Amino acid sequence: MIKSELITLLSEANPHLLHRDVERIVGTVFEEITAAMCRGDRVELRGFGAFSVKTRPARTGRNPRTGEAVAVEEKHVPYFKTGKDLREQLNDQHGR
Amino acid sequence: MSKHTVTRAELSEAVYQEVGLSRNESSDLVEQVLDAVSDALIAGENVKISSFGSFVLRDKGGRIGRNPKTGEEVPIDPRRVLVFRPSQVMKDRINASLKGAGGA
Repeated sequence: MIKSELITLLSEANPHLLHRDVERIVGTVFEEITAAMCRGDRVELRGFGAFSVKTRPARTGRNPRTGEAVAVEEKHVPYFKTGKDLREQLNDQHGR
Repeated sequence: MSKHTVTRAELSEAVYQEVGLSRNESSDLVEQVLDAVSDALIAGENVKISSFGSFVLRDKGGRIGRNPKTGEEVPIDPRRVLVFRPSQVMKDRINASLKGAGGA
């Protein structure tokens, strides 16, 4: 499923809303999550999962081709941990 | 640096401010978004949100694990796990805004 399909699905489930408003709703949800991580905040959505930012410290890397030492800056990496309910449901349907 | 936890309530408030539906309906729609994403994943479908990232399912094979405390062997069943792969846009935005901010 891609974003446009998600919007269509929600539009169909909410015929009283304008398609344009559903686009803004979906856009706002994902934008708020990204904006929170840009502030270094964590986003916790019980049952679904939690988004957070992990910090990778600066280090001295090496150019694998030349062996030359290169300074690698500190890096901030977005991370998602699947919530308990969702994790369990992924396996209920399947396998077992 | 702020160390705040954002929850459904704040996502609903943002939708309320942005779209102008009632607070109740805003929170209902936030839930619908999360449910629709979850349902697709539960049905075995990957979910890709452009400029945000992809939720990708991976099937892990079974293996013999070990209880690290007792050393006892424990079978680990095959299972399906969810991995989030952030988009390049998201990674760039986060790095740009947290640059020089010290440890997050």
